[in-house]
Amino acid sequence: MFSHLDTKSLIFGRLDLGAFPLHEPILVATFIAVALGGIVVVGALTYFRLWGYLWKEWFTSVDHKKIGIMYVVLALVMLMRGFADAVMMRTQQAIAFGGNEGFLPPHHYDQVFTAHGVIMIFFMAMPFVTGLMNFVVPLQIGARDVSFPFLNNFSFWMTAAGAVLIMISLFVGEFARTGWLAYPPLSGADYSPGVGVDYYIWGLQVAGVGTTLSGINLVATIIKMRAPGMTMMKMPVFTWTSFCTNILIVATFPILTATLALLSLDRYVGTNFFTNDLGGNPMMYVNLIWIWGHPEVYILILPAFGIFSEIVATFCGKRLFGYASMVYATVVITILSYLVWLHHFFTMGSGASVNAFFGITTMIISIPTGAKVFNWLFTMYRGRIRFEVPMLWTIGFMVTFVIGGMTGVMLAVPPADFVLHNSLFLIAHFHNVIIGGVVFGVLAGFNYWFPKAFGFKLDPFWGKMSFWFWLIGFYFAFMPLYVLGLMGVTRRVSQFEDPSLQIWFIIAAFGAFLIALGIASFIIQLIVSFIKREELRDVTGDPWDGRTLEWSTSSPPPDYNFAFTPVIHDHDSWYDMKRRGYTRPLEGYRPIHMPKNTGTGVILAGLSVALGFALIWYIWWLAALSFAGIILVSIAHTFNYKRDFYIPAEEVVATENARTQLLMKKA
Amino acid sequence: MSSTPLDTKGEPVFYLKEDHHPENSTLLGFWLYLMSDCLIFAVLFATYAVLGRNYAAGPSPADLFDLTLVAINTAMLLFSSITYGFAMLAMEKNNKKATLGWLAITGIFGLAFLFLELYEFHHLILEGAGPNRSAFLSAFFTLVGTHGLHVTFGCIWLVTLMVQVSLHGLIPENRRRLMCLSMFWHFLDVVWIGVFSLVYLIGVVG
Amino acid sequence: MTTHITHEEDAHHAHHGHSHGHEAGHGSMKSYMTGFILSVILTAVPFWLVMGDVFQSKAVTVALIMAFAVVQIIVHMIYFLHMNSRSEGGWTLLALIFTIVLVVIALSGSLWVMHHLNANMMPVSPDMMRNAP
Repeated sequence: MFSHLDTKSLIFGRLDLGAFPLHEPILVATFIAVALGGIVVVGALTYFRLWGYLWKEWFTSVDHKKIGIMYVVLALVMLMRGFADAVMMRTQQAIAFGGNEGFLPPHHYDQVFTAHGVIMIFFMAMPFVTGLMNFVVPLQIGARDVSFPFLNNFSFWMTAAGAVLIMISLFVGEFARTGWLAYPPLSGADYSPGVGVDYYIWGLQVAGVGTTLSGINLVATIIKMRAPGMTMMKMPVFTWTSFCTNILIVATFPILTATLALLSLDRYVGTNFFTNDLGGNPMMYVNLIWIWGHPEVYILILPAFGIFSEIVATFCGKRLFGYASMVYATVVITILSYLVWLHHFFTMGSGASVNAFFGITTMIISIPTGAKVFNWLFTMYRGRIRFEVPMLWTIGFMVTFVIGGMTGVMLAVPPADFVLHNSLFLIAHFHNVIIGGVVFGVLAGFNYWFPKAFGFKLDPFWGKMSFWFWLIGFYFAFMPLYVLGLMGVTRRVSQFEDPSLQIWFIIAAFGAFLIALGIASFIIQLIVSFIKREELRDVTGDPWDGRTLEWSTSSPPPDYNFAFTPVIHDHDSWYDMKRRGYTRPLEGYRPIHMPKNTGTGVILAGLSVALGFALIWYIWWLAALSFAGIILVSIAHTFNYKRDFYIPAEEVVATENARTQLLMKKA
Repeated sequence: MSSTPLDTKGEPVFYLKEDHHPENSTLLGFWLYLMSDCLIFAVLFATYAVLGRNYAAGPSPADLFDLTLVAINTAMLLFSSITYGFAMLAMEKNNKKATLGWLAITGIFGLAFLFLELYEFHHLILEGAGPNRSAFLSAFFTLVGTHGLHVTFGCIWLVTLMVQVSLHGLIPENRRRLMCLSMFWHFLDVVWIGVFSLVYLIGVVG
Repeated sequence: MTTHITHEEDAHHAHHGHSHGHEAGHGSMKSYMTGFILSVILTAVPFWLVMGDVFQSKAVTVALIMAFAVVQIIVHMIYFLHMNSRSEGGWTLLALIFTIVLVVIALSGSLWVMHHLNANMMPVSPDMMRNAP
């Protein structure tokens, strides 16, 4: 580490001009595009004098609704980046046959598939799910904010800081070439001496702090902040699944943090945890990372299950069938998700009893999931189904997810897994459940809750276009991979010899093209909806005839969510209130106690980016400085005791009267 | 529906007219954090349990560990636990001076613990039994070192809180913070029970 | 359908009073001292077992050390961390039990899995090597 102590490396560490990929035309073009786009955005923000507004109203906000929206924006931006990677891979594999090397050299291709996996899981799916939970859960439980509003802001910025580190790797240095879980010994210092794995480690560590803290925050919120009368078994199903998801986050992300810390010790200090010699054991890393990794997939899918449950009940105009069984199924999945991790590495070479145990637990965990599918079906049965966009996503999910679930049970059979392990069959399977489950889920939730967040619905035509392109595109893109996997094609290969395989890759690339149209339709949907916002405006706050509390307040909700704390009698509490003739109170408003905004979260996250960057490039002075900065800013923050204020009663009166006027005008 | 609250006219109540104050979540939230920290230690213990006998032809626990030193170290931590307890008792009696005094004593025991641990590490590295020597030593240094790092942060936090208590007194915020640190401090002692039993004692037994 | 809002209010306040009372209510001198003395004993005995070479059998010593550690952890939980089934409506205890279950799964699972791996993939021990025909 300190072998050549010259001035240049003292100042810049191992960062030099060679780190900038000027010889890679694809990256240079991307950089120019990003830079131009960035200049346009920054210029526009400056021209319209929006920086102050953004800083005061958004960046430093501790309002859970705004933080939720920022999470979703982050997720959408990273979706674009991750999907660009996907398109590059599909194109490369469709053309790289019979001596044609394609347009991505292997070292670049390896970075692309790693970045795709890391970004889609950690910086697309996670922020999207966290954003929806952040926005919806406090509204659903009748709370004015989360338990720890500052921590919420800090968590978001740490997640964003992790994403920034990953994005920097695109233009400064390189990203890991190891696959999204960075198995050693490939990810060890001997085989990956560059900065790629370090970007991976520090990006995930920084974001992981945010994820863990936001998990703690939401668990505490759900336990402590529920409105009076809302017992655990009266919580909306989405709140239940969020609760279980956040328990999983609190109980698994530390495992990822510790495992990555051990890997970084191997890389930085030269310890021997996962090395091949001196007693290390690389399989221990695989074991540990999957103890985190399997619950992680349930962290993603459980909130999606909750979203679908809310949507099915709302758009069928019925109570959810089997509420209690839904809750128990969620809790059972939460616990069982810790008992299946070895099915990710059956081929490691453990014996029959180990493989049999984990194979059977994996099959068992599909039972509660199956119970949920039947609950949704029975809710639809004899319901008055309205085929609005969120409901379409839900039906698309039910068909697609069941297929993915069944291929999962096939992979749970160890002998079958020995054939299919690391083949494209596996790739098809997990995209089947993650796209069919999580992505469809968050897009359904996005369409469902968008009017709550912004006060107007999304345009249904482009929503339906987006849905059908996504759905059909998905089948075109991934069904061929099942076939290829059964023919023995392995994952992470950039060039092929056998020309008979090419047609399947071309079909898959066509599917990716259809999905691209789906994403384009989604963007058009946003733009069209914004233009037609007056036409799509909803003043009632309840555009879908909803059943849970978030629909009882205005859209967008006021800062304080509810002028009066609701009292709950039933688990479809808003439906219950409407049915029994609830009238909106028009007087008796009181000042409302709220937390103050703070910029500490942004500052700490900025320092974390500096710390991560310094550690990646061995710039030790910057690392020491930014670490000391983090400690000092944190301590200084605790010396601020005045963190709250009262919204005066007059302001509440004004806000609520404005809404009364609007409602009367509509009536 | 038997518990539906009704107002005086017999109509169901759907909102509270008065202010609603949810209970403070800090202690629960901090406990949840401790549970997550517990899992970090679980990974380190699991790693030690799996790799702890991979000596790579190097030294084993019986060759390296000085149990007298470990016993003294354990005593330091145990004393600091009880003195923190005394600080909490003083806090309940609203005795600011005694609280600060006991906190200071706790901090001194904490620092003594850290000093002894650093001495042990230094000694081991000089003997050629550093963290790079074998998987056993990597796991040992990481587990014990992570615990030590936690104690270090506990000490920094302790000093911060002492400053805050002397500035603002035993106000509710400071009491809550002292209670959080109390949980943190006792939690570290619990982790240390695992360390001295599994790593040092069972290591020396073999 | 008969409860009136006044009752709800009362219950609400009573609930509040209880929780505040509990937050303030902590250990007493007696409970701290009991915990401390028990801890000293539970620490001293295992150290004595090892340093004094009390038992010939390693297995007995190891089992006793583990047993003492478990008891001491419980003592700390009760007397220093004031765990009980009432604090925070039982959620702290529930969280603790859940965590213990996960710790046990992670520890025993890792040991089992990795032991199996070693047994299957490295079946040749140095001992067998020496005695190989």
